[in-house]
Amino acid sequence: MADAGMLRFHVPEPEVRPGGTPDFSDVTIPKAGSVPRPEIDVDPRDIRDLAFSIIRVLNRGGEPVGPWAGLLSDDELLEGLRHMMTLRSFDARMQMAQRQGKTSFYMQHLGEEAVSCAFRRALAPGDMNFPTYRQAGLLIADGYPMVTMMNQIYSNEADPLKGRQLPIMYSSKEHGFFSISGNLATQYIQAVGWAMASAISNDSKIAAAWIGDGSTAESDFHSALVFASTYKAPVVLNVVNNQWAISTFQGIARGGSGTFAARGLGFGIPSLRVDGNDYLAVHAVAKWAAERARKNLGPTLVEYVTYRVGAHSSSDDPSAYRPKAESDAWPLGDPIVRLKNHLIQRGVWSDERHTQAEAEILETVIASQREAERHGTLHAGGKPSTRDMFEGVYAQMPPHLRRQRQQAGV
Amino acid sequence: MPRRTMIEAIRDAMDVSMGRDERVIVFGEDVGFFGGVFRCTQGLQAKYGKSRCFDTPISEAGIVGSAIGMAAYGLKPCVEVQFADYVYPAYDQIVSEAARLRYRSNGDFTCPIVVRMPTGGGIFGGQTHSQSPEALFTHVSGLKVVVPSNPHDAKGLLIAAIEDPDPVIFLEPKRLYNGPFDGHHERPVTPWSKHELGEVADGHYTVPLGKAVIRRPGAAVTVLAYGTMVYVAQAAAEETGIDAEIIDLRTLLPLDLETIVDSVNRTGRCVIVHEATLTSGFGAELSALVQENCFYHLEAPVVRVAGWDTPYPHAQEWDYFPGPARLGRALVETMEA
Repeated sequence: MADAGMLRFHVPEPEVRPGGTPDFSDVTIPKAGSVPRPEIDVDPRDIRDLAFSIIRVLNRGGEPVGPWAGLLSDDELLEGLRHMMTLRSFDARMQMAQRQGKTSFYMQHLGEEAVSCAFRRALAPGDMNFPTYRQAGLLIADGYPMVTMMNQIYSNEADPLKGRQLPIMYSSKEHGFFSISGNLATQYIQAVGWAMASAISNDSKIAAAWIGDGSTAESDFHSALVFASTYKAPVVLNVVNNQWAISTFQGIARGGSGTFAARGLGFGIPSLRVDGNDYLAVHAVAKWAAERARKNLGPTLVEYVTYRVGAHSSSDDPSAYRPKAESDAWPLGDPIVRLKNHLIQRGVWSDERHTQAEAEILETVIASQREAERHGTLHAGGKPSTRDMFEGVYAQMPPHLRRQRQQAGV
Repeated sequence: MPRRTMIEAIRDAMDVSMGRDERVIVFGEDVGFFGGVFRCTQGLQAKYGKSRCFDTPISEAGIVGSAIGMAAYGLKPCVEVQFADYVYPAYDQIVSEAARLRYRSNGDFTCPIVVRMPTGGGIFGGQTHSQSPEALFTHVSGLKVVVPSNPHDAKGLLIAAIEDPDPVIFLEPKRLYNGPFDGHHERPVTPWSKHELGEVADGHYTVPLGKAVIRRPGAAVTVLAYGTMVYVAQAAAEETGIDAEIIDLRTLLPLDLETIVDSVNRTGRCVIVHEATLTSGFGAELSALVQENCFYHLEAPVVRVAGWDTPYPHAQEWDYFPGPARLGRALVETMEA
């Protein structure tokens, strides 16, 4: 107690900064198949340890092991692989389009493709996601047209959002994809409200809330957990822990709580951690949580442990705050490579077919891009009219907006 | 016709709306079993069940945030924030989400919610139970902002707000809940049961949003008021003998500019009064609009009478509150200018 009386201020630091050797030795990775699969009506108090472990299905040899394995057929897995490959290819083209000045901004999913693509498969038609900006896999895996996504990214004349929203802030009620705000965490409590409404209406639909590790620090996250817990809302509360909130490592938002999943325990919400780079594990856990919601068992919190391989956005340069090779050292690997290896091991896929599929997908993406660009890009070709800018603020345009539209000469 | 207090009229509006449309649900802090700290939701849970009227945790962001999700689902939530002074944790949800959802999704999702909250002072509520934050909402595109001044309007405006397809901020001047308070705090208030605007028809009717009403026709000066200040203005006109035309704005956004311009062009003078603080208050917007639209008819500068730019004080409530004496002086000065 030599320094008793003198307080010290604590600021958490990541293990390594640029120039250092990447080190994830502090990330404990349980063996695949080692975490039990409880019944969906389990008492949350009996599975508190699931908030501190990581549910994994695919082992290093690409084999599915343990109680969470065996839910998906060959065809479903092949389709899942195609979804993830499509998302990656789409991202690469759109990132390039942003660099070419065809749009102002882009956000990619590199390394996180399994989370949204596999989750989508656990939902039923009519369910509603309240996504962040890094879940476009929900749309891709639901068959939303790529060209419509591109039209939105380009803010062109065919943009379904009429050029009003920042690129990638999609909206599609039809595909169960709530309008992305761009403000962080606000959608989390809205998802809980949507789920409450479904229960109030004695419906069968459920909601899925999405948030990143950094934004769990927002008070809306807390409101959402309180409301979900109090009203046993039929909602899956997803936390995508990709280790980085722009330049801020996850320890700044996590603080001393051990894991983000552990945040749910104080609310009596069953809370699980899952290998976010394991398509089979993500799907299995999402399905477990969705079933709980649909059977009136209430909310589940799921933390997806993954890694943001790319930059936060097209405006970000990660080399300024983390080692360049850090993503190579990430112990949970690449979600596409892992599913590919599993499918090869399963005997339904090969390196040749993979290479061929990559080429086919790229061709499809490029064809969609050509089609979208016929409708214009941000600075060239067709774009939404200035008149559109004044529409849709209200259901009916009030007099003051009408006057302003006249002033604008449109 | 039955007479109702403003509390009863507001309750009746929710009752009628819930009876007509099962998508209408009501919730907030102390709103369910107890019926609200001002009793505005009394009996609704017993009548419509706990699924349609319920208590919430103390979380304004949670109340409004969940209401937005419910509206996106297809319900029509009418929620209560216990005091307008407590709305700020929900401000992000209102400004960034409710107000913009229709626009940003091009109508894919909409947000037909009503956020009710008691506003204004005059009850010795100090800085945490007296604020008038209307200007924080009139500055936000996508919102509608309503301030009723009597039971008849309160019911009709609230039903219109609940039926509106867009988010409505519904500010209830709590000093008017039981009678038309005119700022004379030393006198007892006439109860609504003895006031003609306490006549509230049974059943369904609406008072349209965006329409002002002339409470007192006059030729000398136009007074723009809303909420409690309508009665303060009436007292000031009576006590100064100035033939003021008093306009009760009722809806601040969208504003009934036509009624305002028509009146000021006739009287040539304009005094604006509100309880909220002066600087960047809604009076600034009104003043600018009058200047822009009526400049060549004006015979005197537009004057604003408002709460001082201090937090709402406790002991000095009546020095802060813009009562009939302060407004009367402004009327006299405007007539002499």
